[in-house]
Amino acid sequence: MTEAEEFSTKYSNLVERPTYFSGGHRLCAGCNAGIMARLVTMAFTRPAVVVQATGCLEVASTIYPFSAWKVPWLHCAFENAAATASGIEAAYRTMRKRGIRSKDEKIDVVVFAGDGGTYDIGLQALSGALERGHDLLYICYNNGAYMNTGIQRSSATPRLASTTTSPAGSVIPGKMEFPKDLTAIVAAHDTVQFAATTTTAHPRDLIGKVRAALDVDGPTFLLVDSPCQRGWRIDSSLGLEMNRLAVETCIFPVYTIDRRTGKEEWKLDTPSRKIARRPELKKPVEEYMKPQGRFRHIFRRRDGKELIEQIQVFVDRKWEVLLAKCGY
Amino acid sequence: MPIIGMTGDEAVAQAAKVVNPDVCAAYPITPQTIIVERFSDFVNDGEVDTDFVCVESEHSAMSACVGASATGARVFTATASQGLLLMYEILFIAASSRLPIIMALANRAVSGPINIHGELSDQLLMRDSGWISLFSENNQEAYDQTILAFRIGEHQDVQLPVAIGLDGFILSHALEGVDVVDRQFVRDYLPPRQMKYPFVPENPVTIGLLCLPDFYYELRYQIEDANNKALNVIPDMFNEWGERTGRYYKPIETYQCEDAEFAFITMGAFAGNAKATVDDLREQGEKVGAIKIRTFRPWFGDMFYNAIKDIPTLGIVERAHSFGGNQHHQMLASDVFSTLYTKRDFKNVYSHIAGLGGRDLLIPSWKELYQNCKEWASEERVMETQWVGLRE
Repeated sequence: MTEAEEFSTKYSNLVERPTYFSGGHRLCAGCNAGIMARLVTMAFTRPAVVVQATGCLEVASTIYPFSAWKVPWLHCAFENAAATASGIEAAYRTMRKRGIRSKDEKIDVVVFAGDGGTYDIGLQALSGALERGHDLLYICYNNGAYMNTGIQRSSATPRLASTTTSPAGSVIPGKMEFPKDLTAIVAAHDTVQFAATTTTAHPRDLIGKVRAALDVDGPTFLLVDSPCQRGWRIDSSLGLEMNRLAVETCIFPVYTIDRRTGKEEWKLDTPSRKIARRPELKKPVEEYMKPQGRFRHIFRRRDGKELIEQIQVFVDRKWEVLLAKCGY
Repeated sequence: MPIIGMTGDEAVAQAAKVVNPDVCAAYPITPQTIIVERFSDFVNDGEVDTDFVCVESEHSAMSACVGASATGARVFTATASQGLLLMYEILFIAASSRLPIIMALANRAVSGPINIHGELSDQLLMRDSGWISLFSENNQEAYDQTILAFRIGEHQDVQLPVAIGLDGFILSHALEGVDVVDRQFVRDYLPPRQMKYPFVPENPVTIGLLCLPDFYYELRYQIEDANNKALNVIPDMFNEWGERTGRYYKPIETYQCEDAEFAFITMGAFAGNAKATVDDLREQGEKVGAIKIRTFRPWFGDMFYNAIKDIPTLGIVERAHSFGGNQHHQMLASDVFSTLYTKRDFKNVYSHIAGLGGRDLLIPSWKELYQNCKEWASEERVMETQWVGLRE
């Protein structure tokens, strides 16, 4: 039995789990990055270390001389978390080879980076680390903009969102480009045996996936939908609600690409599988956009309906492609 | 120990081989390529058991070195020119994290226009990064300093990364005899690296925190302090190397300076040209000498001053340049002039740029350079930085 099978994601068990990310950090009230960090570390059952790209989670959890981390934690720069982790993992490999550390020890190396540090500036380092096959789990928490520096657009920002570098102008209504499909880019690296999406509103799914990924010997990837109250212009209580709406509108489907058995299997996980089985549960994208201040300007425009319809067409197309890949 | 013919790059690779570092993360770039190629041979032929991380860029090379070194591992890399500039951001993090990463640089001109040949500008651009910066006159020095650098960088008082320069092509691709050491020598000379707070699971350290105005200032001072301590450590390390190998080095070296009325001041392979010129001129009865800056950072100001204090006329010859530094503010010249400031009259000190992009500066040109300096000095003329051999 592998540790993943022993590890139960039943709530009764999860409440007993230690977490290695403590309170007292300086993330905003309701911040989903903090929720994610707590949940991820709850899946740690073996020696683990964390490598972090520059970003909100980094600056808010490690203001010298304080630290919210109870596991070894290292930050180097913005674009190089995957490369830095590659070096760490390589060093552990040599230490095992040379008998400095126990030969059969497995150390879980977990990388956290935001969408800016992953989709944009860190994409090359990530691709390099995946191609080289380092034994690490890369977790991208996607809040859809450079939130740490004040809500500038990234290539993960949804179309029409107003950010400080794609503002809702009188001529151009926010960001005009659709976001990049990062999970597909990651999956294009055949070294990746396990890549999945999840959200902070689905803790059992998230923790289970972290544990499954950590049990793989090689690079694995998780994309976590992580609402930002400041950037999305939502109340601090609404983060998890936005997670749920992202899944229910199929803007952010929850799925897994699994190659652990040697075959490649794409599968929808519980929150999205429900919608695949009962398509009438699929909500229009408008329901996701409406509560968010970053889309407010769209609802005031004369062509608002048309613009929202374009998003609906995009989301539907992506969802249909995913359904087909997952055998629906 | 046997003397073996090898190129400068090969010498560096052989030195890295006997060290057998824990991790090497590197990316190929001319004229450093032979270092990574040869080291890859050692890895794939089982002559070292280093984990070689063949990264997708120099930025990732230095990042992986930072990660690996933070675990307490012994780490080696090599690059040049554009590769070094791509690493630039992470160089500062390596030094401020106090990680003794050892990096060989096959010094090459910086683009643009693109040029692959020898020039020291690349390494001099690291000046303010916190790295210890050494230069080599020949392949033997490149070999010795690659090994020595681990002792300097890993010294408990220092804990800083070290760069070792060897002129691109002029050394990196030129064959010379190198007196080599063996594994047993290195085992005795270089004990396992000691690190107080390694990044390993049983040691929950937080490394690379956000440091605001309340602490940043003091932490930066600690790097300065380490650089100052290196002023004591480096000469000791050179002496010990001399005792073990018979090859004695100094941070600032003098050649035929006892009664000299003029001395060339150079770094890297130019020191060889300067010495050959000195030999010729001495035969003609000219009282000339040469001073070699082996250690550019930390700057051995007192040692430098002692070397030149009795030499009335000096000719600085740099295979590097700094735009807009036309008066006396070239890379090496500005250090020379600021060392002399308050200590002596420096009217008869002449700054030269030469050999950029790998252009040769042959002995007749060095002699002419000397004659010019001598003439200017006799007239007590103050001169702007000279571009030697510049075509109209």
